[in-house]
Amino acid sequence: MPTGTLQIKAISAHPGPVPGHGAQREEDVCKYIDVTTCIGCKACEVACVEWNDMPFQETRFDNTYQTMPATAWNYWNLIKFNEHPRADGSLMWLMRKDQCMHCEDPGCLRACPADGAIVQYTNGIVDFQQENCIGCQYCVSGCPFDIPKFNSETKKVYKCTLCSDRVGQGLEPACIKACPTGCLRFGTKADMRALADARARQLREQSGFADAGVYDPPSIGGTHVIYVLHDAANPEHYGGLPKNPVIPATYTVWKRVAKPIGLLLALLAAPVAFFHYVMEGPKEPQP
Amino acid sequence: MNGAVERFDDSARRHVGSYGRTVVRANELLRHPVYTRVVHWTVAIFFILALLSGFAIYSPWLFRALSPLFGGGPTTRMLHPWFSLAFVIAFAFQILNWLAPMTWNADDRRWMKNLREYVTNERPVEPEYVDFFNAGQKVYFWAIVWSALLFLLSGLPMWFPHTFGRITVDVAYVVHDIAALVMLVGFIVHVYEGTASQPGTFRSMTRGTVERRWAWTHHPAWYRRATGRDPRADYEQARRL
Repeated sequence: MPTGTLQIKAISAHPGPVPGHGAQREEDVCKYIDVTTCIGCKACEVACVEWNDMPFQETRFDNTYQTMPATAWNYWNLIKFNEHPRADGSLMWLMRKDQCMHCEDPGCLRACPADGAIVQYTNGIVDFQQENCIGCQYCVSGCPFDIPKFNSETKKVYKCTLCSDRVGQGLEPACIKACPTGCLRFGTKADMRALADARARQLREQSGFADAGVYDPPSIGGTHVIYVLHDAANPEHYGGLPKNPVIPATYTVWKRVAKPIGLLLALLAAPVAFFHYVMEGPKEPQP
Repeated sequence: MNGAVERFDDSARRHVGSYGRTVVRANELLRHPVYTRVVHWTVAIFFILALLSGFAIYSPWLFRALSPLFGGGPTTRMLHPWFSLAFVIAFAFQILNWLAPMTWNADDRRWMKNLREYVTNERPVEPEYVDFFNAGQKVYFWAIVWSALLFLLSGLPMWFPHTFGRITVDVAYVVHDIAALVMLVGFIVHVYEGTASQPGTFRSMTRGTVERRWAWTHHPAWYRRATGRDPRADYEQARRL
């Protein structure tokens, strides 16, 4: 990678390791989110808004600590606060940082009809190229996580870029940089997955969360944002994280069957009509 | 058709007709009055706008060629549902206008059985029972009615994806494409039949009239009703001249 040369190898008088160093030893990047140690401080939300130069805006209070009900076209990173009652009547306060999951098999990219409006980098980041976006919103229904958000003024769709501009320069995403508890980490997919597996094992063996596990759904080829959950058997409890996110089979029917056959028939009808004229001639009024 | 619809349709026909005129010369018959022509071409214009703008979104490799016609991708996408809505509204008037002559009957089943003869131009004049529209025209009309309905029902979720939910919209994409397929093939055949394939037909939708010999050739039963004369006898007589 040409940008690799600009990656910082050493920093003078810097305590601790160099941030992001070694992140490109493997191409696939990954964001690690440990839901169990998130304190809901929203530093990641602010960092996201700041780095992406989005205006601060009025929010909507819905009787929770949540900033607003859902992510918005100019608010890509939102901690979802959920109060989940346990069987014994006690309460679990679940906080999950919601953003684009950067799927390995992205439904948005599959649904998009506009040439070059959605790209997937070799490092796994799925990025929208707004200059090519036509605002059809097919990606909105293509996404299993309801992430792409339409701006009715610019007629374009926006979402988290996993700070592709920062990552391309060897920096970690803004949200990771801001996290005070270390529940957010960034690195290669293999490293983050190993870290997540170790943390989940620790939760199972030492903290009494028997169902603790990692959310990295294989139904969409895995994601480049992974969660450590106390209860991996019920991801829906964490603000509607789908247990089995899928890209509907209708997409295959639509793009691989209906579209090409439709085009073929459309293209066939014209030469059929032309050769009918050539072979049979016109029906003249008689005599 | 119920009374109110019929009265509305009659008054629309009279009203629009009073603003235009159809000159019927000797040896000609009035085929399509002013109202029918205006409705047809309104439908046609919005159909073509919806087709071109829809095609631009439908197929990426046509995108760069077609979307600049409508001011670029996002504008094409923004305009397409409005073109389509205008098409559906205009077509609703056409349905009311043509519901009676487009009604399917036993003669149409007979005509469809002999479709091959029609396609291969084996008979110089149409059978005597062929009235104002033949069965082929009716098939096209009803194909457009049903595909327009599919277009509308699938287009609304695509227009408002958040209101209808993910799965409805996903199914709508496929339905919309299938409706496009039906309509496009029908449209190409329709244009061919109305122009190159049948000389003397296109003027019926522009000037509103056809030659009498056109009428006894293609729609003998209508010729009989419109003139009170025997189409076959007039054809034979013209042939001997």
